[in-house]
Amino acid sequence: MHLALDYSMLRLIWWVLLGVLLIGFALTDGWDLGIGTLLPFVARTDVERRMAINVVGPTWEGNQVWFILGGGAIFAAWPFVYAVSFSGFYLAMFVVLAALILRPVGFKYRSKRPGLGWRAGWDWALFVGGFVPSLVFGVAIGNVLQGLPFRLNSDLRTYYEGSFLGLFTPFTLLCGLLSVAMVVVHGGAYLMAKLEHGPVRQRARRYGGFAAILSIALFALGGAFVAFGDMGFRIAGTIDPFGASNPLRTTAVQEAGGWLANYAANPWMISLPALGLLGAGLAWLGLRRGWEAPALAGSALSSLGIIATVGLSMFPFILPSVIDPHSSLTVWNASSSERTLFLMLVATVVFLPLVLLYTAWVYRMLWGRVTSAAIATDPDLY
Amino acid sequence: MDSGIVDLSRLQFALTALYHFLFVPLTLGLSFMLVIMESVYVMTGRPIWRTVTRFWGTIFGINFVLGVATGLTMEFQFGTNWSYFSTYAGDIFGAPLAIEGLMAFFLEATFVGLMFFGWNRLSKLGHLFATFMVAVGTNFSALWILIANGWMQNPVGSQFNPETMRMEVTDFAAVLLNPVPQAKFVHTVSAGYVIASVVVLAISALYLLQGRWTGMARRSMTVAAAFGLASSLSVVVLGDESGYALTDNQKMKLAAIEAAWHTQPAPAGITVFGLPDLETRTTRYAVEVPWVLGLIATRSLDKQVTGMSELVLLAQERIESGVRAYGAVQTLKADPANVAAREAFARDGRDLGYGLLLKRTMDDPRRATPWQIQQAAWDTVPDVPLMFWSFRAMAGLGFFFIGLFATAFLLCSLRRFDQRWFLRLAVLALPLPWIAAELGWVLSEFGRQPWAIEGVLPTGLAASTLSRGQLWTTLIGFTLIYGALAVIEIGLIVRTVRRGPYAGHDDLAPVPDIGAQPAPAFA
Ligand code: HDD
Ligand code: HEM
Ligand code: HEM
Repeated sequence: MHLALDYSMLRLIWWVLLGVLLIGFALTDGWDLGIGTLLPFVARTDVERRMAINVVGPTWEGNQVWFILGGGAIFAAWPFVYAVSFSGFYLAMFVVLAALILRPVGFKYRSKRPGLGWRAGWDWALFVGGFVPSLVFGVAIGNVLQGLPFRLNSDLRTYYEGSFLGLFTPFTLLCGLLSVAMVVVHGGAYLMAKLEHGPVRQRARRYGGFAAILSIALFALGGAFVAFGDMGFRIAGTIDPFGASNPLRTTAVQEAGGWLANYAANPWMISLPALGLLGAGLAWLGLRRGWEAPALAGSALSSLGIIATVGLSMFPFILPSVIDPHSSLTVWNASSSERTLFLMLVATVVFLPLVLLYTAWVYRMLWGRVTSAAIATDPDLY
Repeated sequence: MDSGIVDLSRLQFALTALYHFLFVPLTLGLSFMLVIMESVYVMTGRPIWRTVTRFWGTIFGINFVLGVATGLTMEFQFGTNWSYFSTYAGDIFGAPLAIEGLMAFFLEATFVGLMFFGWNRLSKLGHLFATFMVAVGTNFSALWILIANGWMQNPVGSQFNPETMRMEVTDFAAVLLNPVPQAKFVHTVSAGYVIASVVVLAISALYLLQGRWTGMARRSMTVAAAFGLASSLSVVVLGDESGYALTDNQKMKLAAIEAAWHTQPAPAGITVFGLPDLETRTTRYAVEVPWVLGLIATRSLDKQVTGMSELVLLAQERIESGVRAYGAVQTLKADPANVAAREAFARDGRDLGYGLLLKRTMDDPRRATPWQIQQAAWDTVPDVPLMFWSFRAMAGLGFFFIGLFATAFLLCSLRRFDQRWFLRLAVLALPLPWIAAELGWVLSEFGRQPWAIEGVLPTGLAASTLSRGQLWTTLIGFTLIYGALAVIEIGLIVRTVRRGPYAGHDDLAPVPDIGAQPAPAFA
């Protein structure tokens, strides 16, 4: 039963699953983050706000689990990555968590009281809970691409030498904005598909379309940074895909343009950044013309393309270190043991399809457009 | 490591976890009570039971989101604040956390939307199914997180690997079937059921005292009385003692709870009152009841309860062997093939963690003097007065709840809902189960000290290398956010209780601006 699944294969599979989780998060919770970010812009009156909120009202909780599962799965499959990234991004992580804490409460508590001030306060909370995490996630990815300032000692304890403000450079801010644009396109497309025809839907289309153009521009610009900036790493020496997970056994060097090496070796990979751009183009077209399915598909494909581009450009690196490339974490040196990877794979193969199945069922049960009439009469709505 | 960083990290973990556990148990218990109430509705078809279910469902919802919000912090805190712990134990500890997400969080979070929004979209039976899935999901989540926590108390099925400098799984089945989490699960979940029963009982009693919504209140109280009696019996009878025979540290915990400074001949007596004194290592003014402790702890009359002094001597031997294991690991780091070091590690490796205890006071445990080893051995004794008193308070409350629910059950069976003294008592009991549950965690987690993972990794080494400034920032930040949310939550629950069951879920036409004037200043 283990035959084909040797250690190197398991590591590869878990690297792919890491991507699946990120993409699952971007595609589902992306709707919620995007709608939170769009809330002040697309919905102006209380009824309008409630319409936008109720588009994701019954489903945001399940979507958020992709984020939580991301944490758990990285812990289980890539413990070094979990330890280095979250302790390194300590204050950034706090900012993300503080913003995300506001979100559940915002959804649930907003409609519990009639006061204007009360509701305006929670609107703020929902906006912050959508915008801030999206921005910081992008900034974090930007930093990973540049390499993080950490080193490991011989006990594999992490020392991180960066600061919170040091996270923000022109390139990482660009990544942050790209990430915001991505979720805004996604949220805009979802609002278009789930709202009755009217001003909110109209505005969602406009802002979503604008964000689609922005994300094309930012993604292209980011690509230029990666190609012509002094970013990139390369493994020097031999790789042992079956070796024990000890990062200090790999030698890596920093090398400008290193993130392009994989494209030279595998030209088909160009299709991923292309997907990122074309998907956004399709989303733009759909949003403009009012074609719902193409807009949804376009924004999903674009997110998929963008995330996959980052992952594949860096392969086999996961978290490169700028101050001590020798400490860099890669697919081959930062995973759990073979036994744990196998067990977790079994658990995933059993449970993930089940999750997708009942999630789809619940979405179907709740399908339909949110209307202002429903807002006025249905006591169950937020 | 800077001990200030470790202490601040502990403080932050303790505060955020204890806070998380204010909401968790009510979710665990109320979700099942909703299933019971809704089942009655489905079976009888009487609208009053729908009202009952929806009313407690509203309270459930207000509480539930705070469980979710505070759980987010917990999930990432091992990485942010305990990164060495995560590196060292992620191979084992991460798995239950991930499975919790896959199996429990998804289930509960996906169906909770249907539960709140599906009243008009699903059949009666369909809706009951959604409610049931929520209850199953939350209780599964407790199971998996306690498997993780139980492994820290009793780290079975794993071994240190010098090649990767961390613990790795050797036997996953042993981790799953670990008896410590099993005992913890039953006890913790029952504690949640007790909390929910007390909440329903107290609020119903308040309504009966006020003479409002008595129809709903009587029915709710009947459910709470029956469910509460069963749960409070379960929480007491199925206390956590079964784990105590297993490991030295669990024995140490038990000895500390009993302030048993020395081994007594079997069967041991229980000290119901006394003042444990750390300086002299004696308990002053002790009032003992013979035999009872032996019965609780060992379920026999002829086995001994080992005392702290004797356990410290054992720890001392293990530290000496741990120092040899530490030496072997240092050699293997430089020279993985060294035969002598491999043999030494095979012999003493299981005591490596005890060697690491010395790291609190020195960089290289191999230099420890016998006196330092003796001191480190005494470090394995947890805070005795804290253990002693938290246990007595928790257990005392446990017996009180049995009495409370037995009385409630009797009164409900006799349909005597007019006993004002009892109704008042029930209202006053509201905060007590939370006190018991929080003390339970204090007992379990402080009792584990000085270990993050018992016998494997001392707490002092487990923390991330952060700065005090970073820790103060997050500590103050979380305290402010959590504090504000607590005030808001309590306000909403009070408001919901005041408005009662027929207020509806929302204000339907609350804001005067419908359609016309722009919403309140956002920007
Ligand atoms: C005995 C039960 C228990 C214990 C000891 C803990 N939790 Fe918890 N947790 C729950 C029982 C629970 C729950 C009852 O299942 C919650 C409450 C509300 C909810 O959604 O699920 C929950 C929520 C919850 C969530 C949000 C889930 C969601 O979005 O639905 C996360 C991420 C965590 N928890 C993580 C943790 C971690 C990392 C803990 C370790 C310290 C922890 N919990 C202790
Ligand atoms: C939600 C319920 C929990 C509560 C209320 C709780 C309570 C506490 C308390 C009071 C401390 C501080 C102990 C001290 O500093 O001496 C602590 C520490 C800790 N607990 Fe828990 N705990 C809970 C659940 C868990 C679970 C389920 C886990 C593991 C999955 C866990 C892992 C830890 C860790 C890693 C520390 C920090 C290291 C240490 O002090 O040992 N806790 N917890
Ligand atoms: C006579 C009654 C009781 C006994 C004998 C008892 C026993 C214990 C013991 C020995 C522990 C420590 C477990 C460890 O070392 O890890 C514990 C923990 C705990 N207790 Fe109790 N308990 C009683 C009543 C209660 C009550 C009434 C509640 C709440 C309503 C409660 C809630 C808890 C919780 C939440 C924990 C922490 C989780 C765990 O370790 O299981 N207990 N209990």
